Amino acid sequence: MGYPHPPHPKETPVLSKHFGEADARTYGGWVQRGGYKALEQALGMTREQVVDAVKASGLRGRGGAGFPTGLKWSFMPKEVTKPHYLCCNADESEPGTFKDREIMRWTPHALIEGCAIAAYAIGAETTYIYIRGEFTDPWRVMETALAEAYAKGVVGPNAMGKGKRIDMHLHRGAGAYICGEETAMMNSIEGKRGNPRIKPPFPAQSGLFGCPTTINNVETLAAVPHILVNGADWYKAMCLGNPKSTGTKLLSVCGTIARPGNYELTLGFPLKDLLYDLAGGPLRGRRFKAVIPGGSSVPILTAEEADGTVLDYEGCVAAGSMLGSGGVIVMDDSVDMVYQTMRLAAFYAHESCAQCTQCREGTAWTTKILQRILAGQGQARDLDLLLDLADQMTGKTICVLSDSCAAPVVSAIKKFRPEFERYLTNGRRSA
Amino acid sequence: MSDLVKLTVEGREVEVPKGTMVLEAAKLAGILIPHYCYHPSLPVAGVCRMCLVEIEKQPKLAASCATPVAEGMVVKVQTAPAREARQAVLEFLLINHPLDCPICDQAGECELQDYVFQEGRSATRYDEYAKRFNPVEEFGDDVLYVPNRCILCTRCVRFMEHVAEEAVLNVSERGDRAYIGIDDGHRLNHPWAGNVVDLCPVGSLISKDFLHKARAWDLDKTPSVCTGCTQGCNVTLETRDNTVLRVRPRTNERINRHFICDEGRLGYPWMNRADRLEAPMVRQDGRLVATDWDRAFAAAAKLVGSARSRVALVSPGASNEALAGVAALLNKLEGTGAFRVREGAEAPLAGVPNLALRKERAPNVHGALAVGMSRDWAGVAGRAAGAGLVIALDESLEGVALGSAGLLYLGTVLSDPARAHAAVVLPCCNAAEEEGSFTNRDGIVQPYWQAKAAPGMARPAAWVLSEIAERALAGAAA
Repeated sequence: MGYPHPPHPKETPVLSKHFGEADARTYGGWVQRGGYKALEQALGMTREQVVDAVKASGLRGRGGAGFPTGLKWSFMPKEVTKPHYLCCNADESEPGTFKDREIMRWTPHALIEGCAIAAYAIGAETTYIYIRGEFTDPWRVMETALAEAYAKGVVGPNAMGKGKRIDMHLHRGAGAYICGEETAMMNSIEGKRGNPRIKPPFPAQSGLFGCPTTINNVETLAAVPHILVNGADWYKAMCLGNPKSTGTKLLSVCGTIARPGNYELTLGFPLKDLLYDLAGGPLRGRRFKAVIPGGSSVPILTAEEADGTVLDYEGCVAAGSMLGSGGVIVMDDSVDMVYQTMRLAAFYAHESCAQCTQCREGTAWTTKILQRILAGQGQARDLDLLLDLADQMTGKTICVLSDSCAAPVVSAIKKFRPEFERYLTNGRRSA
Repeated sequence: MSDLVKLTVEGREVEVPKGTMVLEAAKLAGILIPHYCYHPSLPVAGVCRMCLVEIEKQPKLAASCATPVAEGMVVKVQTAPAREARQAVLEFLLINHPLDCPICDQAGECELQDYVFQEGRSATRYDEYAKRFNPVEEFGDDVLYVPNRCILCTRCVRFMEHVAEEAVLNVSERGDRAYIGIDDGHRLNHPWAGNVVDLCPVGSLISKDFLHKARAWDLDKTPSVCTGCTQGCNVTLETRDNTVLRVRPRTNERINRHFICDEGRLGYPWMNRADRLEAPMVRQDGRLVATDWDRAFAAAAKLVGSARSRVALVSPGASNEALAGVAALLNKLEGTGAFRVREGAEAPLAGVPNLALRKERAPNVHGALAVGMSRDWAGVAGRAAGAGLVIALDESLEGVALGSAGLLYLGTVLSDPARAHAAVVLPCCNAAEEEGSFTNRDGIVQPYWQAKAAPGMARPAAWVLSEIAERALAGAAA
């Protein structure tokens, strides 16, 4: 993993401001950059004041669902009768997404600080940071930083010397995508197989170890200190589009594009500008064909649709997709959409936890059909069958993994049907 | 009552306790919502997604096993979206199912067959793709796992984890590669493990004991009570051609819920013994000679009438009715009766209160006590040699000194002491061949019914004893 690119003038570096600065990983370097002021400030406020500040900022979950963070925190019981828990979702496994990795690699203390503030706000004494198993480098950085934070008394039995206990544990995943689903993550932390749970009960009522729990994404938590230090109004003012989408968002750009990488943008930024200005446009002699704006689980956009898309929660929905985790996967005209669709389906077939029938069997069947089409042995009715399976895989299971498999398949067939039909009529296409 | 909730299922109004799941409420309304993973004695998993129903004012179909009822809820089972969703689940379940029904023990009592027949598509769209294949595994001494048939409902996993509380089974692997795994170095030999075979909705977990013995539709089923111990689990005796082939639990929420232990499940072969007493016998010139019932009764009545001191040695496996018959013969002359019980290790089913394979391995210890039989085996059996008459009811008399006492022997097989001493031998039915009742350890009297015909001239002991009593009484009056 290399050093990140220098920020583009159109970027708004808040979270990514110190990416690439090795010194920012240390406690001393972080404090020099204004770190842990927010935590000190938060511990001087009441729980409600912290929640209200985050509510007022308009911060929404950066993991994919975009649920208002302050509102989520306010679901936690006011009275602490059972232990409360905070889980930080650092199991970033969504294909096309690599923003949390960078936050942990470069600014581990930002995450620790954000976790500590959130833990205080929801009345939790214990935080679990669930880190994706494959993240060896971020794991090492986080481990060092957390040890330092404990040594400096930032967290621990008497956090910042304010008499509050804030404990933090790193929990390493074992390589299952599904453990990024919040209830599966709780099972995994409890030492069980990482299977999603039926909701309700929601985590705020009965989560980790049956106790009230809040789960937040790394990027969400890392944004919290900035909101407290600079004020909710400052955060809220960072908005180029719909006022319901505020602040900055890291977008991980990958695929057939000149300058892939993480770009931090104010929400409401045009996707077209991201693709052409910041990320340098298509490779020489190529044209963009399709863009997945929010990680592999969201519907695919055609290049034309992408051109008109505004990068915020509402803008992506208006374009027929979702902002998701902000993993922008770009495909140019050299890309075989049928093959890419098969690759996505194969990913979900591999990662299905095997609980729900539709998902366990449907993801694998979808993959088999796509593989057969690619082998030139598809049948005319296969596309309708794929759409029918996708319909049965949507909205019928415990979690949304099977929906996530269905969404790209449906959108690829809808938007790139001729490519599928070419395989059906001409057989195997020469490479 | 305020803790009752009123809802409508398929147009039928039903009132159920708050907290009931829609699937159970529908049962009370007389509607069975198809399901696989749900089982009333297991924690809800909500994974098969077969029980999807439409609930008015809810945007998505709901898994009825995991949805609690609410006041005024309107549940629709047979709407197009719900039917299509269940049809899709069935199609998904069948794509990796081998359809080897002709050689599958479960055929005929398979929930996959039943629901596909009821709601499924007539043909698959899976075409010629390969099906998942895994070899058959032996999970335990009696349980085989056929992974190809498995629909991963996880009932077996949940039973072992939450009911048996010995979590040796798990779901291994992910996606369509998943199968039921057993922990390394462990075997499925828990004393109650056999219940996973009943819980399995398909033919994936099967009993080696019953393997390929009979087709489910050829079996006659008779409600009965397990004879294995004093717990009194309700069972069904499954017979074909006058032979008990399988014993399965019969639901009784108060005593055994949906379960029986393996000892009760597999202990049935004695019911099929071939070396049975088939005719009454009386001793003539020192030898036992077969005769008819009239002569045998006459001899028995004479024997009873002539004896001043009587001792009864009975089996705690005999019915209440038979034990009462023996007691009646004793009461008149204030004789004494006793029984002995085989004992074994107690094996509780951890997740169900007051359910265990009990130490005393006989079904009617408490029935015997109720009619006045005593546990003082040594004391009463010691008096046998000096008694005028010993009445043995299904008791081998092994180790009992009989001296010169007259012996009236009622039993299913002829034991050596009986062969040597009995004056009259009367062939009786075993518990599978008669109607009767047992009293369990909690004093609950439970009837059982005749599952097969008795061999030869064997008759229920209760009837035999009442005949003797009648004749002995007539003899005394004359």
